[in-house]
Amino acid sequence: MEEYPVPPSAVEESNHEFHSSSDERDSCFIPPNNHQTDDLQYLQHSSHSDDSEVENIMHEPLHQQQHPLQVPEFPELGRHMGGGECPLSPSLLRPPVAGSAQSDSSSEAAGSRCRSVEFDLPSPLSPSRPKSPWGLFDPYENSEDQDKEYVGFATLPNQVHRKSVKKGFDFTLMVAGESGLGKSTLVNSLFLTDLYKDRKLLNAEERITQTVEITKHTVDIEEKGVKLKLTIVDTPGFGDAVNNTECWKSVADYIDQQFEQYFRDESGLNRKNIQDNRVHCCLYFISPFGHGLRPLDVEFMKALHEKVNIVPVLAKADTLTPSEVRKKKIKIREEIEQYGIKIYQFPDCDSDEDEDFKQQDLELKESIPFAVIGSNTVVEAKGKRVRGRLYPWGIVEVENSAHCDFVKLRNMLVRTHMQDLKDVTRETHYENYRAQCIQSMTRRVVKERNRNKLTRESGTDFPIPAVSGVADSDTEKLIREKDEELRRMQEMLQKIQDQMHTQNY
Amino acid sequence: MVAPTVGPVYGEKPSSVVDFSYVGIDAILEQMRRKAMKQGFELNIMVVGQSGLGKSTLMNTLFKSKVSRKYVQATAQEKIPKTIEIKSISHDIEEKGVRMKLTVIDTPGFGDQINNENCWQPIMRFINDQYEAYLQEEININRKKRIPDSRVHCCIYFIPPTGHCLRPLDVEFMRRLSKVVNIVPVIAKADTLTLEERDFFKQKIREDLRANGIDVYPQKEFDEDQEDRMINEKIREMIPFAVVGSDQEYQVNGRRLLGRKTKWGTIEVENIAHCEFAYLRDLLIRTHMQNIKDITSTIHYEMYRVRRLNENNTGAVHTNGLSDHSAHEM
Repeated sequence: MEEYPVPPSAVEESNHEFHSSSDERDSCFIPPNNHQTDDLQYLQHSSHSDDSEVENIMHEPLHQQQHPLQVPEFPELGRHMGGGECPLSPSLLRPPVAGSAQSDSSSEAAGSRCRSVEFDLPSPLSPSRPKSPWGLFDPYENSEDQDKEYVGFATLPNQVHRKSVKKGFDFTLMVAGESGLGKSTLVNSLFLTDLYKDRKLLNAEERITQTVEITKHTVDIEEKGVKLKLTIVDTPGFGDAVNNTECWKSVADYIDQQFEQYFRDESGLNRKNIQDNRVHCCLYFISPFGHGLRPLDVEFMKALHEKVNIVPVLAKADTLTPSEVRKKKIKIREEIEQYGIKIYQFPDCDSDEDEDFKQQDLELKESIPFAVIGSNTVVEAKGKRVRGRLYPWGIVEVENSAHCDFVKLRNMLVRTHMQDLKDVTRETHYENYRAQCIQSMTRRVVKERNRNKLTRESGTDFPIPAVSGVADSDTEKLIREKDEELRRMQEMLQKIQDQMHTQNY
Repeated sequence: MVAPTVGPVYGEKPSSVVDFSYVGIDAILEQMRRKAMKQGFELNIMVVGQSGLGKSTLMNTLFKSKVSRKYVQATAQEKIPKTIEIKSISHDIEEKGVRMKLTVIDTPGFGDQINNENCWQPIMRFINDQYEAYLQEEININRKKRIPDSRVHCCIYFIPPTGHCLRPLDVEFMRRLSKVVNIVPVIAKADTLTLEERDFFKQKIREDLRANGIDVYPQKEFDEDQEDRMINEKIREMIPFAVVGSDQEYQVNGRRLLGRKTKWGTIEVENIAHCEFAYLRDLLIRTHMQNIKDITSTIHYEMYRVRRLNENNTGAVHTNGLSDHSAHEM
């Protein structure tokens, strides 16, 4: 990059000078150079605040090894780098950059092809390398492409990423199963939190009268700048009573309620901040002490498999030997198929994924149900500190995949399939609910309308669909109920409208 | 929770050093990226301006390929149409594994008639039609997984380089359309203006926009936080961008560059000392594309939707108190 002795503020350069500047330039590509000189001018002018910030940014790319075009973070002032369509060859660019950035003495004016008011638009080509988990992926990094010209829209995923990081993510996990199967411990181990600090365990007498409740715990987790709002829905009392008929009803109702709430919000007028409380995944704990699935397990899963993604989990797997685990898994898988239970299916790999990934995917599919052991205590043995359970005959290591499938479950849930779980919830379960809801609503409204027409135009020949065959008292009751519902719907609509009006003013 | 080490994304092998505090939720970004790459993106850009201002050429320059209608439709002659037509051409382009369905919506005939009154109406109707189509899909009972997005994300308005100020047509158009779509005004054929003339013109345009209450992209009120505001302030100080388009390459100093060759020199399109095309491209494509789409879907489209739903509600109301459409829309 050439340095010109022309003062930066000289705007009226003759065309001749423009020409000579471009002619004398080496095979560095133009735009990035320009951007850099802009930045340099920016530094020298100090017309805006935060000069030191800009300086730091200028320096950072120099310290990173191969990628002079990198930008530390997207939204910095005056940050630029590599706005040009093609990445520069590192060897060519680095020395000049080093030269100009570090010598910000005002005596050396940078190439002054730019006007004094100019500065750079930030144009990130790559996410921040060391910090972002996308550090592996930089669309324009490959130096063999330096001669091609790019439009630049491969940064779109990065732009989306930035927005999502700002917003944060949310995830709702439900755990269901009998008491004492280690649900709370597993949740604590999965997310390294202590959600159940003040839990009071009921004794047997208290449990007799208890009904299945639904409890919700929310925790905010942040890692590497990514925020996750995790909600755990617990079902204490499930399967504990003497007579467990329909004990899944409250669970199913809860899930439906969340869908309904989301449906209302989505159909409402103000959709800015919709809270997504839909249950994305349900971990169902199967007891290791039985022979496969028990009737309660089957009924529960069948009642819920069309509402939520069910991931069956074999609890307290440290009571089983490896061969027992294997046999149980096979048996449970067979029974699941036999009863027609639709558990969450892992999406198939694309054909263009690498072998490793496919292999892991296959292993994952064959590990259902996950045999898990949970522990949030760290034990020490043979000089190693591991999270596990200490027995006289040995230590069970939770994170050892030879001991249990905890790691597989955690990876699946958090690291690889979280997005897919949310997608399936959104696209399949929620859409089914919504379609059913709309259909039943329209059916009701049609009936209501017909009923009204009947009362108003009793003289006309009007086909009365469902009313004729039903006894009078029943019809009256139905009509009254429907009236109530319609009134409620009207009120809701009115409320939403009022809300909208107040927000407009 | 701060993770001291970076864990592998998939298939963690048992290691002797167990990281006690790393759950791995940042891997969700990788999952999102995968999903986004598979799905691809959509972008719909509309170009509006009088004929001869270089709209098609600019589109070709922006996307480095012949995406404008002139190359797709064989036009026998370049006749100015009697009424405004809306022509939309779609292309699937891919770069570095990222696929995009780009739709360029051209509006030949805009501002070319003798009497240009209401020439913005067909355009507004088109934009609203796209919103309507999306709304219909959304309230459908059996919705598609991914509703095809034909909403106009961005409208590039070409201002002729008169050097004085905005014309009444420009003001009228932008005033109406800035309420329904993101408008990015550009000074077309900026190679007829010297740098001072350019600055003066820009200033006048900005004043005119302010005086008429026209909010062009990036709109002040949609800045989400401080850093956005800082970046966008800088952009707002530079709009409208003075652009020069070209789809012909010339040899300059051993490199082939897009430019316009004249007797007094070669104007390099991507040289920011020559024109601001690079800034426009960066804004539209490299940095703010997602933001443009978000504003379209969360603000403009939502406003349209609210208006429509209200129309429906205050429309036909039966004597049973329930409005006609509430069943359909819910």
